[in-house]
Amino acid sequence: MSFDAVLFYLFGALAVGSALAMVLNLRNTVAAAMSLVVTMVALGGIYVLLQAHLVAVIQIMVYGGAIVVLFIFVVMLLNLRSDSFPPGRIRALKLLGSAVGIGALVRFLGALGAHLPEARALPEGFGGYRHMGRALFTDYVLPFEMTSLLLLAAIVGAVILAKRRIGP
Amino acid sequence: MPWDVLAKTLFIVIVAVAMFAPVVTWVERKQSAVMQDRIGANRADLFGIRVLGLLHPAADVLKLITKEDVVPEGASRVMHMVAPIIAAVAAIISFAVIPYGAEYRFGDSVVNLVAADIDWGLLYIFAVGSIAAYGTVIAGWASNNNWSLLGSLRASAQMISYEVTLGLSVVGIFMVFGTLRLTDMAFAQDATFRLLGFLEAFGWWDPLPAWLGWIRLPTWGILLQPLGFVMFLTAIMAENKRPPFDIPEGESEIVAGYHTEYSGMRFGLFYMAEFIEVIVIAGLVATIFLGGWSIPWLPQATLIGAVTPVFGSGFANLVCMVAHVLTFLMKVVVMIWLQMAVRWTLPRFRYDQVMDLCWKILLPLSLANVFVTGTILLLIRGLG
Repeated sequence: MSFDAVLFYLFGALAVGSALAMVLNLRNTVAAAMSLVVTMVALGGIYVLLQAHLVAVIQIMVYGGAIVVLFIFVVMLLNLRSDSFPPGRIRALKLLGSAVGIGALVRFLGALGAHLPEARALPEGFGGYRHMGRALFTDYVLPFEMTSLLLLAAIVGAVILAKRRIGP
Repeated sequence: MPWDVLAKTLFIVIVAVAMFAPVVTWVERKQSAVMQDRIGANRADLFGIRVLGLLHPAADVLKLITKEDVVPEGASRVMHMVAPIIAAVAAIISFAVIPYGAEYRFGDSVVNLVAADIDWGLLYIFAVGSIAAYGTVIAGWASNNNWSLLGSLRASAQMISYEVTLGLSVVGIFMVFGTLRLTDMAFAQDATFRLLGFLEAFGWWDPLPAWLGWIRLPTWGILLQPLGFVMFLTAIMAENKRPPFDIPEGESEIVAGYHTEYSGMRFGLFYMAEFIEVIVIAGLVATIFLGGWSIPWLPQATLIGAVTPVFGSGFANLVCMVAHVLTFLMKVVVMIWLQMAVRWTLPRFRYDQVMDLCWKILLPLSLANVFVTGTILLLIRGLG
């Protein structure tokens, strides 16, 4: 097994393991959020192995860093401790959720096994910021600008919601 | 096993973590003493030898190691242990992409003095910095102490906010040098430009006096992006949470903030991480804005070309390498001095002042900097 393959399985196991730890850990919300961070960073490692360097570093910077810090910020403000959850949650929903998840996974694996694409040589600079930036500002400039418009609307909305309670 | 990477990593760890960091804790004490007209750290002595108080770092380490290691009641044990490790590891691994020398040829082999020469070096630093925030945030939460929790809430808000301006303040540098790779940035700064030389692009050069053409300045980031330099230094110092941005630990308000409940070597790791980060910041700012390893007005090719006829190519490269590493360390020392001077000059900001500085001053300024830089580059280089 090549060094890349070893790293891939390592990061893959880390991502799956910490994702499970996040979902199964109902009692300690901050620990669950930290498991999410580990998942994000492990995914970033897998992206690096796939030569998607920019996506990898954005993954760690934005998802691993900023967004989950905000989650933790909220969790800490609410200060949820292990005793503040009611013991019995809805069993049937849990079972249903697990069944749907496992069903989707089986379906996905079945579909994937049949049509694994051939590995191709990557073009020079693939996945780098030059490649990505050029694509974003030429071929995909409309979706890109639409996204920024959407984000702007979200920012304005957030400001209005936050400011509503304070008088003029 | 790539032995050269191992050797470079060892060099960085030994120089930066084991040699520089303890000395920086001494510099912090001694410089404050000089600035405040005190005699300063000179109490630690070994058989009557004091060496200007340089034994204080050793005394610190001894004290921290032998101190009782307390985990408060009701604390989350695992998280309480992991938090300082995250902080320290994130600080140390930032060194991986900072070049402390250029590329040198010894016969057939090429030696480049950087542990990991990756294409997105600066983004790597930002990514590591965003993970470093967890050290502080988790520490405050895991301690089961309201002061700690307040400290980590402040820290998380402050660090996320400043990450935004940190990234935007160097976009101008990306545009000027056209790269995110720190080694390429350092190479780009190993040159000179004519003062006001850009006027030639508009045909306004000729009326100027001829002697102006003789004034050549090094293409350092600080000269090409002065506003970017100020903003980047401010934002990255705020990320490090040292005074005047130390509101997460503000001892006059919230005891000691996120590390209230830490003692012994666990506290030692936070303390160490802070000082290692001072060195990382110094190295990073030196690389991006002060030309990295480059010697001003003496490009690498000129230096090697001057020494080669006398002593041969290998020796010339060796001389160049030593000169460059020493130049880099000198710039790092200057930046450490500057950070210490700021730290002992300005009083702590109020919390709302820190946030206002970030969102209302630095963010608009950094956006304006991007716009102006883009316009000027477009005018000089044309639409081509």
